[in-house]
Amino acid sequence: MSAFFAIIHRDLLLVMRRKSEVLTALFFFVVVTSLFPLGIGADAALLRKIAPGVLWVAALLSTLLGLQRMFAADYLDGALEQLVLSPQPLVLLVAGKIVAHWLVCGLPLVLIAPIIGIQFDLDASSLYVLMGTLLLGTPVLSLLGSIGAALTLGVRGGSVLMSLLILPLYIPVLIFGAGAVYANSVGLDTVGHFSLLGALLILALAFVPWVSTAALKIAIE
Amino acid sequence: MSKQNNSSFSDSRLINWFKLSSPSTFYPVAGKLIPIFWVLAAVFGIAGLWISFFVAPVDAVQGQGYRIIFIHVPTSWMSMFLYLVMAAWAGLGLVFNTRLSAMMAQALAPVGAWMAFLSLWTGAFWGKPMWGAWWVWDARLTSELILLFLYLGFIALQASIDNPRRADKAGAILALVGAVNVPIIYFSVKWWNTLHQGASVSLTKAPAMAQTMLWGMLLMALCFWMYSIAVGLMRVRTIILERESHADWVRQLSEVKR
Repeated sequence: MSAFFAIIHRDLLLVMRRKSEVLTALFFFVVVTSLFPLGIGADAALLRKIAPGVLWVAALLSTLLGLQRMFAADYLDGALEQLVLSPQPLVLLVAGKIVAHWLVCGLPLVLIAPIIGIQFDLDASSLYVLMGTLLLGTPVLSLLGSIGAALTLGVRGGSVLMSLLILPLYIPVLIFGAGAVYANSVGLDTVGHFSLLGALLILALAFVPWVSTAALKIAIE
Repeated sequence: MSKQNNSSFSDSRLINWFKLSSPSTFYPVAGKLIPIFWVLAAVFGIAGLWISFFVAPVDAVQGQGYRIIFIHVPTSWMSMFLYLVMAAWAGLGLVFNTRLSAMMAQALAPVGAWMAFLSLWTGAFWGKPMWGAWWVWDARLTSELILLFLYLGFIALQASIDNPRRADKAGAILALVGAVNVPIIYFSVKWWNTLHQGASVSLTKAPAMAQTMLWGMLLMALCFWMYSIAVGLMRVRTIILERESHADWVRQLSEVKR
């Protein structure tokens, strides 16, 4: 278990040394969401309606930005091979890397989303629901994304290919995440959406680290 | 250990199936099977088209336009079914490390993608006169579109990895992950659809279908099955030739010598 925390610590330390990479993904999220009102118009009622979808799509895209980094740097400098060879179970190390990715690329989105939400004129209860869905949904994005990151390791055109592979798999998270905010705004119950997001998270937690480990081993051998 | 098993099975009929898993034995067998499946596809196709154009009655609501169903529904069935078959072959290849299974998966992917595309295209042609729109965000249309994306992702991943063994394994993992996700995506799209569009078009009315219509559809489905098998076998033969081009038995083939 100490290996699990060690790898999280290592990845976070690496990020702290190069802060610009994290800030780029976050900045991307802010810029993309700000583009929509400029493209569509400043009609508050319309913006309120599209806000959940826009915020969620921007969240999907900005997590994709960070995914390429998850294994690629370690693959290039050979650290990944050492991780695979190490006596620690690889699945723990992969899980640690996924957690580190979420802390760097997912959690900041959850924290900054309400500010963007206010720009879109969302009311307080919608903001809470939005934060809740992002809190449950972004870990699923990091988990599913790790499969794509591992499969496209060292492949030419890897990052574009990864978005082609992973975005269709993100659709259920997008639907339930944005759906909860929409349902809340029209006065419907959101318990169902949260339960389904939670179910997706549990399913992904249970299976994805093993799948990513298998994909990594294929990429390394 | 597996060798011992094989030798103990050597007298039983099972061994014939094991033999077929080698590309060199499968290649000539597939060559003999392809014409049979083409003939079957033609027979079923002619019978199915004859029933669907001349025997099946005109639909009370949709007139003649409904006849596109005889292409549309079989292609949709095939696109979904082929994904499962492809994932199954890919999984077999991953577990037993058999080269031929991975080649089968690779051969089936373009066929499935083509079926998904045809299904969307015929659906658009059917939708325009019936609903007045080429495209509606109906649950079935949307999930069929996502299925097409999954096929394209699989093809793109395999195409961009140069090492064929790695391409096979990476593709297999993606196909299996996709196969697990297909039902999740389908139900999520369905719920999304019911939440967002209250009373728009409904595809699920399923009126009592005339017996002849059902027969026409089943025959056309059989035709598409046979077509898919024939094209899949042709593709797998090409892939075998490509990958085994270094092998001696390939150089001995009359079509290669020429």
